[in-house]
Amino acid sequence: MKNKTSSPPREGEARPSRCPDNSAFKQQKLPAWKPQLTIATVLSSFFLTGAFCLSVGVCLILSTNSVREIQIDYSDKCSDCSKLRENSSNWNKECHCSVNFMLKEDILGDVFMYYGLQNFYQNHRRYVISRSDAQLLGRNVNIQKSYCAPFTTYRNGTPMAPCGAIANSMFNDTIDLFYNLKSSVIQVPLLKTGNSWWTDKNVKFRNPKSYNLSSAFAGTARPPYWQKPVYLLDEEDERNNGYINDDFIIWMRVSAFATFRNLYRRVSRIRQFADGLPAGNYTFRISYNFPVTKFKGRKYVILSTVVWSGGSNPFLGIAYVVSGTAATLTGFVITAIHLKLRKKKAYFQK
Amino acid sequence: MALSVDSALYRWQRLGAESPSQTLSESTPLLFSVRDRPKLNLNKWRIVFPNNGRQWKDWKQASAFYSGNRIQTTKYTWFTFLPQNLFEQFHRLGNLYFFFLVVLNWFPQVEVFHREIAMLPLIVVLLASMSKDAIEDYRKYRFDKTINFSKTRVYDKEERAYVEKCWKDVRVGDFVQLQCNETIPADILLLYSSDQNGICHLETANLDGETNLKQRQVVMGFSSQNTLFEPEFFQNTIICEMPNNDLNKFKGYMEQPNHERIGFNIESLLLRGCTIRNTEAAIGIVIYAGHETKAMLNNSGPRYKRSKIERRMNTDIFLCVGLLFVMCLVGAVGHGIWTGNFSEHPPYDVPDENGNFLSPVLAGFYMFLTMIILLQLVKLGQVFLIHNDIDLYDEEADLPIQCRALNITEDLGQIQYIFSDKTGTLTENKMVFRRCTVDGIEFSHQENARRLETHKELDLDDEDFAKLQHFTLPPMNIERPATYKQRTMRPLRRCQSARAHFQGHTRNRSLGRCDSNQSQVAFSSTIEKDVTPDSRLLRHVREAALQTENLSPFVHMKTSTSLTDFFLALAICNTVLVSTATEPRQRVTVPPPIKPSGITLEKIHQIFQRLKLASLSQSFSSSQSSSDLGTSFSAKNTEGHLAALDCCDNDDCCASGRGDELQGKGSTDIGSASLDEVFKSVTNSSLPTDFCYEAESPDEAALVYAAQAYSFTLVSRTPEQVTVRLPQGTLLTFDILYTLGFDSVRKRMSVVVRHPLTKEIVVYTKGADSVIMDLLEDSAKADISAKKRMKRIKEKTQKHLDYYARDGLRTLCIAKKVLNEDDFQKWANFRREAEAAIDNRDELLMETAQHLETKLTLLGATGIEDRLQDRVPDTIAALREAGIQIWVLTGDKQETAVNIAYSCKLLNQRDTVFTINTENKETCESVLNLTLEEVRKNYEVEKPRRKIFGIIPTSFSASEAPSPEFGLVIDGRTLNVIFQGGLEEKFLALTKHCRSVLCCRSTPLQKSMVVKLVRRQLKVMTLSIGDGANDVSMIQAADVGIGISGQEGMQAVMASDFAISRFKHLKKLLLVHGHWCYARLAKMVIYFFYKNVNYVSLLFWYQFFCGFSGSTMIDYWQMIFFNLFFTSMPPLLFGVLDRDFSAETLLGLPELYKNGQNSEIYKLSTFIITMLDAFYQSLICFFVPYLMYEDSDIDVFSFGNPINTISLLTILLHQALEMKTWTVFHVVTMTGSVVFYLVFSLIYNAACVVCNPPTNPYWIMEKQLSDPTFYLLCLITPVIALLPRFFIFALRGTFGPSVILKAQQLDKLPKGQQDLEIQKLRSGKQTTSGASVASPASNDDLDQNISHLCVSPFLHPVAAAVSHGDTEGQGLSASEVNALRKRTPEGGYYFFNRWAEEEGTATGSSAGPFSGHYPLVPSRVTTPGQDGGKLTKDSAKNFNHGSHRRSVSAVTL
Repeated sequence: MKNKTSSPPREGEARPSRCPDNSAFKQQKLPAWKPQLTIATVLSSFFLTGAFCLSVGVCLILSTNSVREIQIDYSDKCSDCSKLRENSSNWNKECHCSVNFMLKEDILGDVFMYYGLQNFYQNHRRYVISRSDAQLLGRNVNIQKSYCAPFTTYRNGTPMAPCGAIANSMFNDTIDLFYNLKSSVIQVPLLKTGNSWWTDKNVKFRNPKSYNLSSAFAGTARPPYWQKPVYLLDEEDERNNGYINDDFIIWMRVSAFATFRNLYRRVSRIRQFADGLPAGNYTFRISYNFPVTKFKGRKYVILSTVVWSGGSNPFLGIAYVVSGTAATLTGFVITAIHLKLRKKKAYFQK
Repeated sequence: MALSVDSALYRWQRLGAESPSQTLSESTPLLFSVRDRPKLNLNKWRIVFPNNGRQWKDWKQASAFYSGNRIQTTKYTWFTFLPQNLFEQFHRLGNLYFFFLVVLNWFPQVEVFHREIAMLPLIVVLLASMSKDAIEDYRKYRFDKTINFSKTRVYDKEERAYVEKCWKDVRVGDFVQLQCNETIPADILLLYSSDQNGICHLETANLDGETNLKQRQVVMGFSSQNTLFEPEFFQNTIICEMPNNDLNKFKGYMEQPNHERIGFNIESLLLRGCTIRNTEAAIGIVIYAGHETKAMLNNSGPRYKRSKIERRMNTDIFLCVGLLFVMCLVGAVGHGIWTGNFSEHPPYDVPDENGNFLSPVLAGFYMFLTMIILLQLVKLGQVFLIHNDIDLYDEEADLPIQCRALNITEDLGQIQYIFSDKTGTLTENKMVFRRCTVDGIEFSHQENARRLETHKELDLDDEDFAKLQHFTLPPMNIERPATYKQRTMRPLRRCQSARAHFQGHTRNRSLGRCDSNQSQVAFSSTIEKDVTPDSRLLRHVREAALQTENLSPFVHMKTSTSLTDFFLALAICNTVLVSTATEPRQRVTVPPPIKPSGITLEKIHQIFQRLKLASLSQSFSSSQSSSDLGTSFSAKNTEGHLAALDCCDNDDCCASGRGDELQGKGSTDIGSASLDEVFKSVTNSSLPTDFCYEAESPDEAALVYAAQAYSFTLVSRTPEQVTVRLPQGTLLTFDILYTLGFDSVRKRMSVVVRHPLTKEIVVYTKGADSVIMDLLEDSAKADISAKKRMKRIKEKTQKHLDYYARDGLRTLCIAKKVLNEDDFQKWANFRREAEAAIDNRDELLMETAQHLETKLTLLGATGIEDRLQDRVPDTIAALREAGIQIWVLTGDKQETAVNIAYSCKLLNQRDTVFTINTENKETCESVLNLTLEEVRKNYEVEKPRRKIFGIIPTSFSASEAPSPEFGLVIDGRTLNVIFQGGLEEKFLALTKHCRSVLCCRSTPLQKSMVVKLVRRQLKVMTLSIGDGANDVSMIQAADVGIGISGQEGMQAVMASDFAISRFKHLKKLLLVHGHWCYARLAKMVIYFFYKNVNYVSLLFWYQFFCGFSGSTMIDYWQMIFFNLFFTSMPPLLFGVLDRDFSAETLLGLPELYKNGQNSEIYKLSTFIITMLDAFYQSLICFFVPYLMYEDSDIDVFSFGNPINTISLLTILLHQALEMKTWTVFHVVTMTGSVVFYLVFSLIYNAACVVCNPPTNPYWIMEKQLSDPTFYLLCLITPVIALLPRFFIFALRGTFGPSVILKAQQLDKLPKGQQDLEIQKLRSGKQTTSGASVASPASNDDLDQNISHLCVSPFLHPVAAAVSHGDTEGQGLSASEVNALRKRTPEGGYYFFNRWAEEEGTATGSSAGPFSGHYPLVPSRVTTPGQDGGKLTKDSAKNFNHGSHRRSVSAVTL
């Protein structure tokens, strides 16, 4: 009934035939490829998949096997310090500890030094959002309106720079690596820049523009957990200070899991470390600032190399091998069924 | 029934006394207290005062209560649009759910998403449908505006003239002047028509699609007819009923200042939206305006139907919401446990501004939103494709299929029961006169039958057809000119009919005269118009004609009189409108007075000369009595003028041509001498032109054409007069005193005429034989010989009628009655009173009609063939093979219905048919019980056999083997008993075992009740198909209603969900489109669930690693876009275009339809399996990357990005696995989706540094794309995720159900081979099934000669049973029958027998109808002999009542 009233009045013009077009689309006769699961296609697809996965898997496993990695849990080894840090009133007391370890063989190639945290839920919903990207981009924004709460301003109204829970809880241990070579201790040269993503360093994080950093951050205060203001993060290197400090940038890239590692330093390949880390005794000197006992966390320091397929995690290779095997086996199963049924009866028409 | 005159009189007086007193008290307060008036009356009656100078005050007061003529069909106004639309949209469950989520998101405690982002998808969806609604509404608004501002002429009391006014300014009580071809602005009571007889012609195409003209009459007895109507003098008050939507009922009266009342009815009401035709001017008073008009009240708008899938889906949505709830619960509990692990809050558990720590409950899972809108889109696409199917296009009517309901396409694929109307649905509803019987003599019309046969073969091949006619029927060349004319006209008509059909949807068509010229002439195919007369009958008629000429006309000589009467009745007793072929819309109404204008003297001279010659030759050939000559001459005179007038009406120049033509014919005729020739020439010459008859029912037209074939030509008809030309050329004009129209209760119609010669008052009645036979005159009064004769005639006629019905013909009895003047006057008084009554007027009218139609004299009966539509048996067979139960619900009589059922293979010759006709509840119950028992017994016998075959895993296993086939025939009365007696369950249990069910003589209400019963009790999907107004209720009751846009107007189409033009289209519509739509949509819905569950679970798994804090690893935008854009196109395309099998395969193997019937694609098990698969896949998609990145320095979004990508790939590949056909579109959208995802991500990740706080996926995609592990990850994860599914697919694809497998293989074959294979498959199946039943005869072969054909179906029960036992091995054994008999002592009619169809009936041309093997002696002859003693009173009553109704071939217990 509706269309009766809604159709506009038509004059008595010659109406074209209402016969529908005889086009392939309208008649649903478009040329179409109809893939059909015949025994040949099925078997070949299974076997091909199987073969491909197996070969890729083997390659991956081989390449991850060449990764050398050493991981040291220093949360217990520095138990004194951790006890000290349990009480937050001792925040300005320094605490150092050292951890010795031995490399049985050389670690060749680029060696990366990570710090690892366990049970630190950087991916917590309210934690993840607690930052102000605009502020980190050097813009003068009202962080009251950002997601930084409750780490936005102090009671007196001084804004925090950087604001938010992520920045506030930044990992602030310092770890140095020493190579004990015949009773002489050589500090392993470590690179503290170039560890973050290029785009982060150059695009996403910018310091506020001013003639020098301290004036740029004038009128702001450090986050409550920090020991020094943001413009003193790296006093040696102007281009690694303030918001564009690599350690800070890396920390701000919140980790996906509660147990994670972040790149801390890279071994600078000079002098005796030109090929990597030679075998021998090493010591980590750690300035222990970051409390983990509160959340039953642990802290690690990790030395590792990387290959094209990532780190030491062999999972991808295993996954390939397993699924390759599964596909191949399935192929055999189908062949078996097929042969058995064909013998029995001509169920299958070619 | 036999209501005596006196008692009727009493009743009348009583009513007459009551009704005024009633109405007085109600209506007269008008005159007393002005104050109370509106309140008191307006609730019950509508009182209309004329809007003229005199009654202006009253008018003003009253019309304030009535709505104006402005219409507003828009749903919204500017102000209400937003709230109202939103309100409506939130009726959808999905929208409400999302709104709930959004609202939750506004609470910071549970905020997961960025508030604004959370709203976005909802807003997109809402906006999309909102804009759609807005555009639709705006269109309506514009349309309303054009309507409201169209002009009409309304009487202005100040200017005392008609002035132009907009439609919207028309008020109730206004006088409106309408001109020809104007559209009527409101419901108007007709007060004046320029037509002499006060008739105004209407075209109601806008209302009901019927293009034939309707007549409307100025209020009867309203005096100011002949003078020009002057509104100022109109002082009557009109009182009528309140506005209602019944288009066919309206009553009221007009109260004159002297308190005299004039009744009127719908015949005087001009309905809004109709168009005035053939009437120069009409004036009326507005009764209802605007939204109160009947047309607007009928405009109820489309219904919202919800498909089965949608209903299923809603429950599953609840399941999914439940799932979400569980997820949230897990999150909440998990979070509690997680926080319990810490003695104090860790640094990463960030409190809110006020230092409170929050427990996130909502994990922000967005599901199903896009699904709802995409489903709508897919359905639109499906509808578009169905609409464009060229196979469903009817060339003749230029009509493609109309999809009126947009959201139930998939229901077409799940139909389990079809309820079909018979007439017009299975049959053409093109009535062809086939046979008649007059005075107990049957005229078989062999030639006509032969002509119909050849007609079928030649298929309207004009040339051959003409030749054939010429060839076979040399003596009948009267017909030739007519044929010739029709032939030349036909192409024109074809295109007219093409135009006419869509008019139901247009409005305001301003059709000029030439336009109306093109309009369709209803029921005018050659088949119907040409009736080749039976030579024997023709001879009789001629003899009769000669006799009547010789003797004084119409004085006895029994046969001739009844012959003449018979044909007169055929010609008169109807409501056919006559128009001329040259100008179809120009009605031939009155033989008009001579009008000298427009025609030259010379022409008149010519005509007169011609007429003189003709009549001279006539009088020469047949010594005509002078009086007769006089009439004939005068008649011809007028006739000639008629022709002339017709000419000048058309065109001046046409007249000269016509004159020449006449002249030419005349000159040739003079030369010829033979009687025949002269006879013919007279007929021809006086034929002004070819007449076209427009009838309300095609039967009537067929009868008039039949009468015409015997030269009883209906020349003109007005409400007062009807003119018929007799074979001898005389024109007889009958005064019509009354016309008692047809109704389904009386099942008859009558006209009361005054014979022009004898001045007798004659009632001609025609109607269903069951009714007429009861009303025949008691033979007691007449003398003995006449009595015997009457009885014999009656018996013979009954016999013939039985035979006709067996032959599948529609039968009508023709009867007459002569009234004497006194009786008539008495009756006429009642009738007038009845017409004026307002209260229970219909009953009164009915009573008067019944009172008149008694003591009739039988004249004869006719058999009209309703031809089966093209390819109906084929369609029914295919649908049945598809597992659809087909029921036929018809108002027709049992015999006709059963015969049609046989001829369309609804019933098989070998089927056991149970017939239940009873009015008694107990009988009915026991009969049902017995039948049920019987059927079950058979069923059980069959079962073990089936099992044996079921084991064998042949491709088309014996599960297809035909169980014993039963048919059930039941009539309306029995249905009533069943419904009232609570026997529904038994009835349904019985029908479940029956292959087909026929319900005869059922009313529309019963039809819908049956549909509802089956639908509710059996919980099946039902489809109703019908073409007429009587099917509307049935169409609306079913899940899917299909209307056939055929002969009977548009009501069925208006009520339907789909409108097709032929029954055969149902096959493709269901088997192909239904299957496709169902398969597509079901798969799509399943896929949507899969997709959403899959994706949402990804987020859920992450909760276990983020302390159940509700954080997400995927950027919000990408997450929202994922559903909205990245993965929406392929399923959309899939839903519109996927074809699991080709159309040819689906048509070739109807059993593929069962797939949808059993909801195999989308049912709980598939749903659960899909859900499990979705969980598995999401586990893989999450944990493979998780294990891969575990313990690494991966950040949140770098972890989420590969997951997002992987799940995109998995979801798309999953879709690819589901897709059966890959067209270019599929490939493009598939790759396009992936490419779009990558491009979007790249751009978004590169362009947006801080645009979307607090999340920031800057440069992530770029970084990952440069990482080889990302690619390796994206490669392996979908493989692992889809491997199980692919494995199952592979197994199913190679070792799966063989029908599907085979069908798939068929699809691959080239066209020709495919057909061959389908043939092979089908034949193979036939043999296997045949073998499994071990039936001696192959299935449905009509031509085959079964041995029991010659066995009378009215055998002694034992004999019948034995014979069946012998021939079929399925029948009852004798003992069983006996047992049955014992158990039904009350002896209700319990028929069960095999219908033994005589093969000779259809082709019984050579032997004639009664050549021996037709056992017409009805069962009652044999029954009393067997069981008469046992009959109780009850059944005896049944028996009497049904005496004229032939009991079908049956064993009576």
